[in-house]
Amino acid sequence: MSESKKKKEIVFVNGGRTPFLRAQTDFKKFSAYDLGRLAIAGLIKKTKLDGSHIDHVYYGNVIQDINTSNVARESSMAAGLPDSIPATTLSMACISSNIALTTATDAINHGQINAAIVGGVEIMSDIPIRFRKIFRQKLLQTQKYKSPTDWLKFFKGLSPSDLLPEIPSISEFSTGETMGESCDKMAAKYGVKREEQDAYALRSHQLAFKATEEGFLENEIFPVSVNNGNSIVEKDNGVRPDTDMDKLAKLSPAFIKPHGTVTAGNSSFLTDGASAGLVMDKGFALNNGYKPKALIRSYTYVAQRPGDELLIGPAFAVPKVLDDMKLTLDDIDVFEFHEAFAGQMLTVLKALDSNEFAKDRLKRKKKVGKVPWDKLNHWGGSLSLGHPFAATGIRLVTTAANRLIKQDGRYALIAACAAGGQGHAMILERFNE
Amino acid sequence: MNKKKKILQTETVENVAIITLDTPGEKVNKLNEQLIDEFSDLLDKLGSDDTLEGALLISGKENNFIAGADIEMFKTRETAEELSELSWTGHEILLRVENFDKPIVVGIHGSCMGGGTELALASHYRIVSDHKSTKIGLPEVKLGLLPGMGGTQRLPRLIGIQKALPYLLTGKNMYSYQAGKTGFADEVVHQYAVKEAGIKAVKKLKNEKVSHPDKRSALEKVSESNALGRNIIFSQARKRTQSETKGNYPAPPKIIDSVEYGYKHGFEKGLENESRLFGELAVTPESRALVQLFFAMNASKKNPLEKKREIKKIGVLGAGLMGSGITEVSIEDEFHVWLKDQKLENAMKGESSIRENLDKKVGKHIISEFERDETMSSVHPTETYDGFEDIDLVIEAVFEDLDLKRNIVKEIEDVCPDNTIFASNTSSLPISDIAKNAKRPENIVGMHYFSPVQKMPLLEIVKTDQTADWVVATAFDVGLRQGKNVIVVNDGPGFYTTRILAPYINEALLLLEEGAKIEDLDSAMKQFGFPVGPVALLDEVGIDVGAHVADTLSDKFEARGAKTSKKSKELMDEDYLGRKNKRGFYKYEKGSKKKKEVNEKIYKYFGGTDRLSFDQREIQYRLSTMMINEAVLCLQEEILKNPTDGDLGAILGLGFPPFLGGPFRYIDRIGLESFLESMNTLHSSNGDRFKPADLLLEMKSSQSLFHPKE
Repeated sequence: MSESKKKKEIVFVNGGRTPFLRAQTDFKKFSAYDLGRLAIAGLIKKTKLDGSHIDHVYYGNVIQDINTSNVARESSMAAGLPDSIPATTLSMACISSNIALTTATDAINHGQINAAIVGGVEIMSDIPIRFRKIFRQKLLQTQKYKSPTDWLKFFKGLSPSDLLPEIPSISEFSTGETMGESCDKMAAKYGVKREEQDAYALRSHQLAFKATEEGFLENEIFPVSVNNGNSIVEKDNGVRPDTDMDKLAKLSPAFIKPHGTVTAGNSSFLTDGASAGLVMDKGFALNNGYKPKALIRSYTYVAQRPGDELLIGPAFAVPKVLDDMKLTLDDIDVFEFHEAFAGQMLTVLKALDSNEFAKDRLKRKKKVGKVPWDKLNHWGGSLSLGHPFAATGIRLVTTAANRLIKQDGRYALIAACAAGGQGHAMILERFNE
Repeated sequence: MNKKKKILQTETVENVAIITLDTPGEKVNKLNEQLIDEFSDLLDKLGSDDTLEGALLISGKENNFIAGADIEMFKTRETAEELSELSWTGHEILLRVENFDKPIVVGIHGSCMGGGTELALASHYRIVSDHKSTKIGLPEVKLGLLPGMGGTQRLPRLIGIQKALPYLLTGKNMYSYQAGKTGFADEVVHQYAVKEAGIKAVKKLKNEKVSHPDKRSALEKVSESNALGRNIIFSQARKRTQSETKGNYPAPPKIIDSVEYGYKHGFEKGLENESRLFGELAVTPESRALVQLFFAMNASKKNPLEKKREIKKIGVLGAGLMGSGITEVSIEDEFHVWLKDQKLENAMKGESSIRENLDKKVGKHIISEFERDETMSSVHPTETYDGFEDIDLVIEAVFEDLDLKRNIVKEIEDVCPDNTIFASNTSSLPISDIAKNAKRPENIVGMHYFSPVQKMPLLEIVKTDQTADWVVATAFDVGLRQGKNVIVVNDGPGFYTTRILAPYINEALLLLEEGAKIEDLDSAMKQFGFPVGPVALLDEVGIDVGAHVADTLSDKFEARGAKTSKKSKELMDEDYLGRKNKRGFYKYEKGSKKKKEVNEKIYKYFGGTDRLSFDQREIQYRLSTMMINEAVLCLQEEILKNPTDGDLGAILGLGFPPFLGGPFRYIDRIGLESFLESMNTLHSSNGDRFKPADLLLEMKSSQSLFHPKE
């Protein structure tokens, strides 16, 4: 969408999230529906939202629970929103809540709706483990069985190993490669060293720890009570302030052995969490007494063929939104990039700062430029805070909006890569009226 | 028939007469004489019309099948014989239904109570909707009656004696899930399938014999199949009933008698006997009192006040037992509640305790897990006033400390809008004291709930001279939406309920000082009809709370020469707080769960462990008289508007024996003369606290009653 075509101004009022927790910790008993409704209820409380102002809920989710396949709808109703609000679950891998946000933005722009709740949820503690196909088919056939003797057919051609369930791996369907493998290859291709990756991961943990300690994140986290109210979770639990280069260096490669550079220490981890944000037509928000934090400006989605460059999407998306707004990296005060892997982040940063990449791949005369370290992911990133796939997008947007206010900036640039070779970038402008 | 609109509408579908019960101008159907007449005519028609294969009986009301017999019918009948006859009229029509040669099927959706359930039992087939509004019950016992239209005969025969007795003896509801599980329902279907299922059932019954599901366990079947087994069942039921009712309620033992008689002498004789017992019970003072209570309770479910305003958001301050209880009853009627405590952890503990209570309902299939989550989303635990900018009503349930409460009034006046109501759930502090320095005293009212809030049906609203009418009307409305029976009283120390409880507890403490045994006091008052004895109650509410109440009220009592015990203060200072810190009149160590053991150590403060035996009657007289006379004083001082509120408040808030009808009905019942006589005796032996209220003497001279006969 080009800036000139915009009819309306759309605001991001506020957002927040549940704490992000490592899978199999305090949220392990929750389903996606539970965290989703808690995030939406938290948002309602935080923004003092009048549910009747909402026209639609767009909510992201990647690993779907078959019981709540439209988790947006179930979460929305259980969070106490009026039954009359339609809800859509969107799926676009790690940028699912970004597409939720921009779908809402588009609908507001077209005058379809005035306001929407957006966000996403992921529960990696409870992924659907399935029986093997042959056994699934056998089970479904039994529904047609009429007499007990039909059950004899059931065991025909079934071997004991067919009874073992299969745990889905997070691998690319088209290539069969796990994301870590792809990233490791990409890092090697762009010459990103192991030490650089470890240093980047360390930086992420240290910044996240600092932001947590200084209370910057508190503002965007909705506390959740667990264990029948006996404890409250108010903080993310993946941040490791105690790690250092030596410890990181000791870890062996997780995906490509023995020469790979991607380790458990410089990758994002499996995370449970949910996010939610409130997006509105500017006039509608102001007329109803909401206090927006940012204006949603340009955004784009890009895609390449998955393979060597599975996670390089931001390098393609960033120049598009900058050009659209006629801005350069110098104009950006806040960068919030999704950190899937340290190797992936560094590859993207290198690509953006490479004349060769600009010429060959972006068909531009000059490189996009260098992302200044002091403006990038200053309150931590996915490597340290965690990455519940579909929740991350609204975390980036919320943090970007809050950082703009805290750091008194004007523009924020958000970027994220996603499975399938896809990518996204968005520019926010601080709301100052 | 006269010109009255008919209750029963009939249409014929596929040769099945579909009879719709729809009492004109009423929200619910009630069994009355007109209905019985119309139904009898219809049976004639059904019998003579050869084209009709059978009948299906359904209701035209939303979420109601039959609410029960119209209790107004009892009012016109005085004697046991007349009331027996009324019951027999019911038997005749239901016997006709039962023996009818064409199938008669009922389709129950919504509440089905008393006579409605008995009609269903006499029918040939019962279809029950799975809707949550569908509940089946025989609540006659709550009115001191027994189900007099065959309930004591047909229910045990249908679902088994052991499954039936709890429903007959407690009047509890059977929801559709249990209707299926017990075998009461032949079929459980969704509400829109009731009609179709009913037509099919008529056709099926026409062609074949259909047996009802027997859902009894093997053990139940064996023990109910022979006289010896049944003897054991009945004798155990009698024992339990005796221990629970202390013999104060005549209905439960008669219900057991009625069931047993039917098994010994057969169904027909059982019905005759049931009618006889029904008549006997209906004229007992206990039943009369309970029926009056029923009418008073219904009346207190309607808001007579005008100018109420709409409330959407409630702020509850303090997430303890009271605060979370108030929150729980509020969210069930779609209020949003900001539950604030000093620490978020405490607020969230309160939230979790509500969730646990809802989980119990999920366990009983009353609500689904989803509905639980949805309801829970209306609770917003917090530790700040963030969100209070548009709160309509604040209910404080913090510690009983006047300065603290006044500070909170100030805080609320600062953060909340000008029209926010401030309600205090104090149990004794005068509301006008709390409102003293308030900027907007007209917004301040007392909303006194009772613990546990989820179970105790009373809300006592306390208004001061300054409280605005709209504030009282709005608080009343909130109380009704929280499912409470509401009384409105005027402000004063302890208002009404705490005011009459204080001298009652005081008397118990004085008796202890005189050497009485703790267990004697409690058992005497339980025998009198209170659910909990006074000493155990003091342990439950907290000795510190008792001390606080005594402190608030002692000036008032002493001014009229009443002796007050200072023991609760003394005990509090010695860190005896009751159950909450496991230091009280009883022992609360683990292991001594089953039967409460008296904490002998506490006698140190009451003259040592050598105790005296007091006559049970003396204990009962002294304690009950203190409470009852204080109630009369409240009426005299216009704390109470009328005796009905006083009766309701004492029964629903303090557990005053319902079968006695409340303090005022009790005086009417035993007679003013005799009440004054026993008071005078106590006055001369125990001092001025037994001085009768002036109002009693005035009434004696004018020969009037608190509740003049209608």
